[in-house]
Amino acid sequence: MSMTLSEKLLARAAGKKQVEPGETVLARVDVLMTHDVCGPGTIGVFQREFGADARVWDRERVVIIPDHYIFTADARANRNVDLLRDFVRQQGIRYFYDVVENAVTWQFDPSQGQLRAQYGPRYAGVCHIALAEKGHTRPGEVLVGTDSHTCTAGAFGEFATGIGNTDAAFVLGTGQILLRVPQTIRFVLDGDLPPGVMAKDVILHLIGELGFDGATYQALEFTGDGVRSLTLDDRMTIANMAIECGAKNGLFEADESTCAHVDARGRAHGTTRPYEIVRPDPDAHYVAEHSINLSTLEPTVALHPDPARRARARDCTDVRLDRAYIGSCTGGKFSDFAAAARILRGRRVAIDTFGVPATPPIVEQLKTTVVRSPAAHDGQSVWDVLVAAGVRMTENASCAACLGGPVDTFGRLNAPLRCITTTNRNFPGRMGHPDSQVILASPYTVAASALAGHVADPRDYLQSGEDEP
Amino acid sequence: MSQVIRGRVYVVGDNIDTDQIIPAQYLSLVPTIPQEYEWLGGYALSGLPGDRYPVRLIEPGQGPSRYTVVVAGRNFGCGSSREHAPIALGAAGIQAVVAESFARIFFRNCIATGELYPLEAQQRLCDELRTGDEVEIDLDAGTLRRTSDGRVERLRPPGEAAKVIAAGGLFAYARATGLVPGATAGARIPSRTDQGRSP
Repeated sequence: MSMTLSEKLLARAAGKKQVEPGETVLARVDVLMTHDVCGPGTIGVFQREFGADARVWDRERVVIIPDHYIFTADARANRNVDLLRDFVRQQGIRYFYDVVENAVTWQFDPSQGQLRAQYGPRYAGVCHIALAEKGHTRPGEVLVGTDSHTCTAGAFGEFATGIGNTDAAFVLGTGQILLRVPQTIRFVLDGDLPPGVMAKDVILHLIGELGFDGATYQALEFTGDGVRSLTLDDRMTIANMAIECGAKNGLFEADESTCAHVDARGRAHGTTRPYEIVRPDPDAHYVAEHSINLSTLEPTVALHPDPARRARARDCTDVRLDRAYIGSCTGGKFSDFAAAARILRGRRVAIDTFGVPATPPIVEQLKTTVVRSPAAHDGQSVWDVLVAAGVRMTENASCAACLGGPVDTFGRLNAPLRCITTTNRNFPGRMGHPDSQVILASPYTVAASALAGHVADPRDYLQSGEDEP
Repeated sequence: MSQVIRGRVYVVGDNIDTDQIIPAQYLSLVPTIPQEYEWLGGYALSGLPGDRYPVRLIEPGQGPSRYTVVVAGRNFGCGSSREHAPIALGAAGIQAVVAESFARIFFRNCIATGELYPLEAQQRLCDELRTGDEVEIDLDAGTLRRTSDGRVERLRPPGEAAKVIAAGGLFAYARATGLVPGATAGARIPSRTDQGRSP
C-alpha cells in the first residue's frame, strides 16, 4: 500500500515495510535535541531510570543547545546551563553548544547591559535554527526534541516532533521512541507569494483555516509547485508553526535546495553524515487535502489570544499597539530581519521595538550584510538600518521574550501591554504579564505596524527603488 | 491501586495552554529535584487570567490544592512540550484532567510521567460542572458522577494509556512489557502513590 511522507519516514525508522495511521511503532531516533529548560529534567529522569552511571545510547546523536533562559540573572536558570555541562562532560557528548568556553559555571552579568554579546564562540542560539545552521537536520531522518517547535526541522524532509522529558530520557537510554503514526493532511501550494506577503502569512492563514486544534495528532505535508519558490527559511517558518494547530509535525519533501543547504552546513561544521531522501508515494492516502494559491494570500495576523484567530492586517488598523518584537525560532532568522529592514529603512518606529536575532551567525550576517541603495542608506549594514530606525537590537541571541521567561528577560511584557510580534504563540500571558496581549504577524507586518503604532498592512509601506539587502 | 478518584473539581474553559498551566518564569525549576517539584505544584494554573478565574487552583504556600480533578473544554494543554505542565498539576494534587479534548504532547506527557489521568469526556463538562462540585470518577466503568445530584457522565475509554499510567508511567510500563530491561542499579520504578516525589 502507498504511504505519505510521514508514514514512509516512520516505516523506515521502525524497520518496517509498511505502517498505517493509528499504529504505534518503535522508531529509531537519529538525533535527540534538548535545551536548558527541559534538559536538566530529562537528565534527571535518565539517571533515575537507567542509573547514575548509565551511558547515553550514542554520544554523537545527542545535541544539547542552551538557548531559552541564558541572558538572565535568575540563578536557577544559570545553574541549569551548568547541569547540562556536567552531564555533557560525564558522558562525552560531542555536540554541546555551551554559552561560554571552558566554563565551570555560567553567570550572566546584568551590569554589562542586555545589548552586548556575553557568549563565547561555541554558543549557538535558538535550538531549532541552530540545528539547521550546524548541520544537524537531514532528509530522511527522525529528529525528536524536548521542545514543541522541533517540528521546524520538517522543512528538511525529516520526521521531527516535540516530546516531553520522560520520553526524551527513554530516547537517551535506548535510542528509540514509541510513536503513533499520524494521519496526514496534504497542502498543495501553487503560485508565488505576492509583494508584502511572507511565509508567516501562509501558516497563519492555514492555522486560521484548520482551527487551533484542527490538526491534532496529524501530520501536515506541503507539496506542489508553490513549494519550489519557497526558500528553506520560508519552509522552516511554515513547518515551525504546525504545532499551533495541534499537528504532530509539518513536512516538506527535500529538493535540490534542501540538499545544497544540508551539504554546505554539514561541511562547514563537520557534521556530515550520509542521508537518504524519502519521497511520498504518488497515490498515498491523505485524510484531507487543501489547495492554496499563494498569489491570493494577503498580510495576515492572529489576534489575541489564539493563533487561529485570523484576520487580514488591513482590517485591523484600529488595533493600537504598545510594542513590536522581532525574534524567535519563527521570526528571528536573517531573512526575517532583512524583510523588516526593507520596511524600516530611513524611517523611525513609533512604539518600543525589540529585535532578538535567533543565533550568533545571524547577528554576524546582519552586521556584515551591506544595504545597496540609491538613497542615503547606501553602505549601511542591515543591523545599522534597524538601529537607525529605533529598533533595540540585542546581540544576545536567544528565545528571549517569545515565551516571557524570567522577569529580567530582554523585551518581556512586564505590564499589560499589547505587542505585535514575529513569534509563534499568543495565548494569555505568553510574553510575560498575564493581562498582556500578543498579536502574531510576519516581519513585514510587524515592521509596518511599528511605524504606524497600530496594526498596519505592510503593502502600504513597501519602498521601491532600493535593492534587496 | 484504587480505580476510583473522588474530590472537588476545578473548572476551566477552552485552549488552556501550557503557559497558563505553568507560566514560563517558573520553568527554571527542575522537576526531578524534589524541592523544585513541590514548588512547581504551588504555581499550577497560576497563569490563568485573574479576571476570568478569581478562585485559584492553589494559593501560594497553601500546600496541596483543595481540588482533585480539573475539568476543561477543548484542546487542554496546547502549546509547549514542557513536562513541567502535567507535573505541576500532579504536584498540586490533581489526579485527573477531564477535558473535551487534549493537545497531543500534553496528553502524552501525562501518560509518560504517570502524573495524572487525561480523560476525555463525551460531553462538554466544563459548561455543566462548577468549580467546587464534588465528583467521583470510576476509571474501570468510564464514568464521572456528580455527588450532589447523582448525575452520571460517560468518559471515552482511555485504552492503552490507562495501563501505562496505572503502571506508574512509561518506564514502569516499558519494563513490564520488556521494552527495556528490568530495574537497573540505582533506578526505582515509580508507582502512582509516590511518583515524582523523590529523585
